[in-house]
Amino acid sequence: MYFLRRLTFLVPLMLVISLLAFVLVRVAPGGPFDRERQHTSPEIERALKAKYHLDEPVWKQYLRYVRGLVYGDFGPSLKYRNHTVSDIIVQGLPVSLALGTLAFCFALGLGIPTGVFTAIRKGDWAEHAASFASLLTICVPALVVGPVLIMWLAIRWHWLPVALWESPWHVILPTLTLGIYFAGRVARLMREGMLTTLQAEFIIAARAKGLSERAVFFRHAFRLAILPVVSYSGPLLADLLTGSFVVENIFQIPGIGVFMVNSSLSRDYPMVVGLVLLYAILLLVLNLLVDFSYSLLDPRVRHE
Amino acid sequence: MNFPTAMPWNFPGMARRLLAQFGLRVAAENFTRLFPRWLFVLVLAFSVGCGIRERPADLVIINGPEPESLDPAIQTGQADGRVVGSLFEGLTRYNSVTANPEPGLAERWEISPDNRTYTFFLRTNAAWSTGEPITADDVVYSWLRLLKPETGCEYVGLLFYIKNAEAFNSHSTSDPTRVGVRALDARILRVELEGPTAFFLDLCATPTLAVVPRATIEKFGDRWLMVWPLPVSGAYQLESWRLNDKIRLRKNPRYWDAANTQSEVVDLLPCTLASTALNLYQTGAADIVWDKELVPNELLDVVLKRSDFHAFNYLGTYFFRFNVTRKPFDDPRVRKALALAINKRRLVEKFARAGESVADHYVPDGTGDYHAPAGLGYDPAEARRLLAEAGFPGGKNFPPFHYLYNANGKIHEQIALELKEMWKQELGLNLDLRKLEWKVYLTTQSKTDFDLCRSSWIGDYNDPNTFLDMFMGNNGNNRTGWKNARYDQFVREGNQQADPVAREKLLRTAEQILVKEELPIVPLYFYAGCNYWDPGKIQGISNNIRDEHPIRVIRKTAASRRIGLGETRTP
Repeated sequence: MYFLRRLTFLVPLMLVISLLAFVLVRVAPGGPFDRERQHTSPEIERALKAKYHLDEPVWKQYLRYVRGLVYGDFGPSLKYRNHTVSDIIVQGLPVSLALGTLAFCFALGLGIPTGVFTAIRKGDWAEHAASFASLLTICVPALVVGPVLIMWLAIRWHWLPVALWESPWHVILPTLTLGIYFAGRVARLMREGMLTTLQAEFIIAARAKGLSERAVFFRHAFRLAILPVVSYSGPLLADLLTGSFVVENIFQIPGIGVFMVNSSLSRDYPMVVGLVLLYAILLLVLNLLVDFSYSLLDPRVRHE
Repeated sequence: MNFPTAMPWNFPGMARRLLAQFGLRVAAENFTRLFPRWLFVLVLAFSVGCGIRERPADLVIINGPEPESLDPAIQTGQADGRVVGSLFEGLTRYNSVTANPEPGLAERWEISPDNRTYTFFLRTNAAWSTGEPITADDVVYSWLRLLKPETGCEYVGLLFYIKNAEAFNSHSTSDPTRVGVRALDARILRVELEGPTAFFLDLCATPTLAVVPRATIEKFGDRWLMVWPLPVSGAYQLESWRLNDKIRLRKNPRYWDAANTQSEVVDLLPCTLASTALNLYQTGAADIVWDKELVPNELLDVVLKRSDFHAFNYLGTYFFRFNVTRKPFDDPRVRKALALAINKRRLVEKFARAGESVADHYVPDGTGDYHAPAGLGYDPAEARRLLAEAGFPGGKNFPPFHYLYNANGKIHEQIALELKEMWKQELGLNLDLRKLEWKVYLTTQSKTDFDLCRSSWIGDYNDPNTFLDMFMGNNGNNRTGWKNARYDQFVREGNQQADPVAREKLLRTAEQILVKEELPIVPLYFYAGCNYWDPGKIQGISNNIRDEHPIRVIRKTAASRRIGLGETRTP
């Protein structure tokens, strides 16, 4: 019931978010049809605005937009005028989803074991090395990691392609570039969670019961220690799934991350609102899933 | 304390509980049982999905930014035009070597003695890629479509040389038959012009004036380009167009000159990062990079020395505008003083560096058969004298002033800083810099809300008029507040002149007013076109001032060096 209630709450929330985005993007100076070259005649600018209803009052435009949304119509793109916003999302989202999912799996797959390892082996040299490595990945941005990986793996050694999105080989470098930062973040969170949990009373109880260290770590401590990672996963996944401007640019990947930034620069109003909505829905739904998984992992949390 | 029993990383178990929570017990049971199979199917689907690769193209070109539109009426950018020009052809087309107009869909034409009436004869074998013949009515439809304001054609001005075209566009006349373009029969088209237009055949070759399929457009509206098969009039068909991924062109076998189309399948990749473009080119994933923005500035010193890098004069000028309605820039002596104090050679050698040349006049060298007049050179002593004469000796009492430029593009900031430095040093002036985001910059510029404003202009056609008419008093692109009756008259008279020699003389006089006497603008340098392709591997590209390289004549001779796993590459 709790989750149903939260789901129904999503609808008004979406309306508020879309309204905000809708108004804010129009407040920004400059419009979608401003160019370096003057429109040859004012008639043309007038006709263009009339065609896309930009000459109407904003509230009327918004009602028109919401009516379109009900029918699943996000409107036309004002920059790519032969495409609709839905066209662009349908083309780009699967690519961003694939890349995001892979990067997410990579981040968790590398981050969680590293975090556990550094917590268990606290104090010895291997722990220091692993902690340093995870800190390093957090400090170095994708803008640097990407080109460095390309230089060594693609250009020097010819192991992988430099860019584009064509075969499974093309997927590897962008996944590493996108995921490595989050792997570092996850490792740090996991380590913190593990260290805190290991001091809890039920761990002492478990040890007192005579359980092996292995059982203590993996059967009891792990479930609570992973909670910070789980709550971080929601926004992280939403971020990854909606694409990355930097990584998509470096590797020339046809995802939607590039549009996230460029659409607001070019004042492509419907595109901006469409993408904001998409991001918001993903974020809210994933956060809901995170809360749900809490109830699975932590026996103290019940949403009934 | 409640001790958990299930292993947390037992994914099938968790999923089963999740399904069970929602009452889907049957699904839950089956899920666990079928989990290994699910996983297998997923992995298989992924690898198959990634493994399906299209046939490699015969030619891969990195084309610059993603085209905003492939509709001749809407496209504006150079990257758009290159694709549109391959899909749709006009009455004339660009010669692949010189980029001068040559017969396209029209096999010949007759020009009246007063140069005001053109009669075009369409080819008998001109046909849409879907088989129907291309008729004179198609041309009339395409041009009237451009003129209708609802189409939103930004380049509609290119048609205003046709009789009554401007009136039709501004709704002064709603009768399309009054516009000076008429189909005499299926193959003959008569065009009446407002005046003798020396560059009219050049206009007919621009992608904007290309012939488009009426039935498809009327049926599908804005999304007509996504239809397959799309009827095209040019050398290539649009096989696929995925934003930010690629445009794939396939040879149009019904094109009248299909026998000379060199490559069957051509991929055009969008790319905005110079380093990515270079990487793709370097590893053989692309054969040609032909956008001047895609030359990595940091690597220019290395790149310039390569035999596969080509730089050439281009039909564009980098300049800045004065706002002559503001004091003290209403005084030509002040404008001249600022211009004379700029060491343009330093700007070109320090920042532009890709073969750009110093601009003392406005119309780029090599435009048509035109020879521009000499402008003002670099003379700091004269600059100081003029500034003193205008009442600001040594820059004293000169009011604060600013230079407006846009934030995208490092070079604009570098030049702004250098100008500040030069004027400080030579004239004792203090320039403020104002950097604005692109769209804000555009609005500010069009409202003439600046003292000085960084600008540039790329010619629409290969004739001095595309540069000169914009500074006529009533032109929307003027944006300086400068009006000069003599200038307007020379340009207007020049364009009424049928004799090319007399015409050039008049236009030269006009330009002299612009760059030597009045200076509402200061030209800084002429753009260079740059591209890279290996002459030993690629045939059919000739560099010309329009940076126009029809795809139909380009072909690759050597085998592809496309790099993949297990393949090796010779550096």
